[in-house]
Amino acid sequence: MSCSEKYVDYMHDFLDEDITEEHEQELREHLHSCSACEEHFRELKKAIAFVQSTAHIKAPDNFTAKIMDNLPKEKRKVELKRWFKNHPFLAAASLFLVLMAGSILSTWNQEQQFSVSKQPNLVVENDTVIVPEGEVVKGDIVVRNGKIKIEGEVQGDVTVINGEKYMASAARVTGEISEVNEIFEWIWYHIKETTENTVNLIEDKEQSLK
Amino acid sequence: METIVKSRIAQVLKGDQNAYGEVVELYKDKVFQLCYRMLGNRHEAEDIAQEAFIRAYVNIQSFNLNKKFSSWIYRIATNLCIDRIRKKKPDYFLDAEVPGTEGLTMYSQIASDTALPEDELESLELQETVQKEISKLPDKYRSVIVLKYIEELSLNEISEILDLPLGTVKTRIHRGREALRQQLRNV
Ligand SMILES: [Zn+2]
Repeated sequence: MSCSEKYVDYMHDFLDEDITEEHEQELREHLHSCSACEEHFRELKKAIAFVQSTAHIKAPDNFTAKIMDNLPKEKRKVELKRWFKNHPFLAAASLFLVLMAGSILSTWNQEQQFSVSKQPNLVVENDTVIVPEGEVVKGDIVVRNGKIKIEGEVQGDVTVINGEKYMASAARVTGEISEVNEIFEWIWYHIKETTENTVNLIEDKEQSLK
Repeated sequence: METIVKSRIAQVLKGDQNAYGEVVELYKDKVFQLCYRMLGNRHEAEDIAQEAFIRAYVNIQSFNLNKKFSSWIYRIATNLCIDRIRKKKPDYFLDAEVPGTEGLTMYSQIASDTALPEDELESLELQETVQKEISKLPDKYRSVIVLKYIEELSLNEISEILDLPLGTVKTRIHRGREALRQQLRNV
């Protein structure tokens, strides 16, 4: 180019809306008198207009639904991470206890068969455990590899491991209801149990010391 | 918009996964558009845009609530696009990846519904040409041009998104504009 590079710089400053008044004035005057630079400036503006003219396109259908389906079931992992952070000692101790207590993974593998904690008034049909309508089951229920259908009342916790639960509208559970469906959650479940016991132990000790 | 987003993110942090769906709804078109213009291919753009949102979700704890969510998601998406561009083999890029086929499917979809007026057909072709020229830009120029002229962001926001000094952003925009000027002057 025959002209000073500074005019091209001014053009870009102008396009960035970051030009001083004097420079703008200088640029305008130059563009009036120099067809090469005027052409250059015109081409720049044309290129920008072309890029801006590309129609706004929208995300495909089901875009959000697909993402929601693919989100990791992160909740427990996050919960666990946070918990580890806040209780490093307990975490280490309970992890140790968990490992010592016999590998959970092998337990997990062994326990692929349907089982249910024995309680009176429970009805078992194939792999479905039923709390019949009008019945009251006292105590915690743990179902492994099967379904539980609650139509009556449970006075205690209900835990479903690797299975499903159905609650009738009349169903009542006084304790906590939890479902454990992945190996990770299974470990989490164990750690929580172990830690709760550990915490209770520590608290008991503290109390007996007083 | 940022206020709604922040309250939704607070819910997500508490473990409410569904609140994230609302965040995605608010930004999906912009993020998809960014990826499409960066990659020049609808299918790849969808993949990368999906991944960007999933990564944002997984790392939501590291999001600073005092900053704009839009900048954050743009940053994740831009980085993923640049990674993808760099992973492409150059020959593959030249042969198969030129978004000509993309336009064809777009055209045939429209054509099956209604007959296309002459000038719209022309504008579709033009858009294809422009997209092809954007795709020819080196990735560092392409990202600033797309953020500036398609997403209509300020230079300051672009500098934040790309984590580059303002001066570098300006230089890249200038070079990107010059490159496009050369490529599009005879269109
Ligand atoms: Zn001149």
